[in-house]
Amino acid sequence: MPATPASEIRYSRDHEWVRLDGDIATIGISDHAQEALGDLVFVELPAIDRTLEAGEACAVVESVKAASDVFAPLAGKVVETNQSAVDDPAVVNADAEGEGWLFRMELDDPEAVEALMDAAAYASFLEEEGA
Amino acid sequence: MSDPTPADLLTTPLDAWHRANGARMVAFAGYAMPVQYAPPPELAARCRGGVLAEHLQCRSAAALFDVSHMGQAWLTGRGAAAALERLVPGDIAGLAPGQQRYTLLTNGSGGIIDDLMVANIEAGRLFLVVNASRKHDDFAHIAAALPAGVQLEPLADRALLALQGPAAAAAMARLCPPSEGLTFLGVAALPVAGIDCLVSRSGYTGEDGFEISVPAHRAVALADALLHQHEVAPAGLGARDSLRLEAGLCLYGADIDETTTPVEAGLSWTIGKRRRQDWGFPGAATIRVQMESGPARRRVGLRPEGRAPARAGAPILDAAGAEAGCVTSGLFSPSLNAPIAMGYVQAALAKSGTPLAVQVRGTALPAATARLPFVPHRYVA
Repeated sequence: MPATPASEIRYSRDHEWVRLDGDIATIGISDHAQEALGDLVFVELPAIDRTLEAGEACAVVESVKAASDVFAPLAGKVVETNQSAVDDPAVVNADAEGEGWLFRMELDDPEAVEALMDAAAYASFLEEEGA
Repeated sequence: MSDPTPADLLTTPLDAWHRANGARMVAFAGYAMPVQYAPPPELAARCRGGVLAEHLQCRSAAALFDVSHMGQAWLTGRGAAAALERLVPGDIAGLAPGQQRYTLLTNGSGGIIDDLMVANIEAGRLFLVVNASRKHDDFAHIAAALPAGVQLEPLADRALLALQGPAAAAAMARLCPPSEGLTFLGVAALPVAGIDCLVSRSGYTGEDGFEISVPAHRAVALADALLHQHEVAPAGLGARDSLRLEAGLCLYGADIDETTTPVEAGLSWTIGKRRRQDWGFPGAATIRVQMESGPARRRVGLRPEGRAPARAGAPILDAAGAEAGCVTSGLFSPSLNAPIAMGYVQAALAKSGTPLAVQVRGTALPAATARLPFVPHRYVA
């Protein structure tokens, strides 16, 4: 079976996205999530080297009115965080699935990413959730 | 987004107008209300929409809010002012015709049943505006206390619009030239864009502006006429909340409720001079003791350091780390680009500048008490 191409984006049911490059996953919130949250004003990211379980709350994004947890979509260790999202949370609104990434993890099991939704499955999931 | 309104939510007369202007609707106090807008292109050029932009639009130009969910009522009859004074600590009998006042319905233990605006329209005719979430309770409470000859008439067939911001007066003057003659808290029956309205120079943002009561069937025409003015863009409940918190104004159910007294809440100024002699309002005994000896806790403003907002419910800690109070409203201030909050602390810690901490997600963040309002009021004298 071929490995997931580095460019393929996957989504969790908690509206995080994951892009895998080798065993390093880049993680952020989906464009749908940033749209639903509205203008972000505060981003708090996990400490480097923190070990995360899949589903563990590890970051916070806040709009003027409300705070939302960001969950680790997969298990692993935090290796990098996006300081520009902390300095200017608006970048997450502007480009949630690109420049607005939040953190990178070294995954315990890179193949676990296969269990997440691809773009088409996430689109149907959003439709069901909205219904 | 144009989510369908769940059948159990009430709608205001501007429901379709909101949706046509790109509103995201949420449930609030039993109503489908706009929390923010994603305006169509011609309006987005004025204000791109979203809580931040709508907030800044109100601080820099003018924002139009639908607040039709609030309760409006006539209180009529020769003894209307005296009857209302039996329920509130405000000086209602001393309110001149054409003047409005902020006051409180208090309970027997000095707690606040609701905060409301009372206008003296003419002899024997008061106009009340109460909170949406409290209107049924308020109206029952008031009606039960009325003597013969005084009637409460809730006005379910009227909408209420708020036009707020430094350019509100200029926009309003084009549609209603006599509105220029109103000073802060002045009220008059005036035609706006040819529609008979009740106009007051007041609001909930700290800015100059107007609240306009209009018959429900003319609400869309009025909203369109106001939105047609180049200074004006629509704003939702999200911006309304951040604006009022910057202005240091209380939100009923968050900062004040039946367990907080006017003295604790820093609202003793609403207790009229004459009322401090007659003490003839509910809860006067408790309120009098607190005014004379000081309350155990006080509402304060808080400025947390850093950028993390402290939200309602966050514990407030003293310098030694002991719990000293609780945040009742907190968010990120678009004007100050920093978090702000209000809450109650032990009275000894209420002096502005007192170093405290707020607990956010288990971490004690340094914070200091701050003078209210956070952003200066710009009312027109």
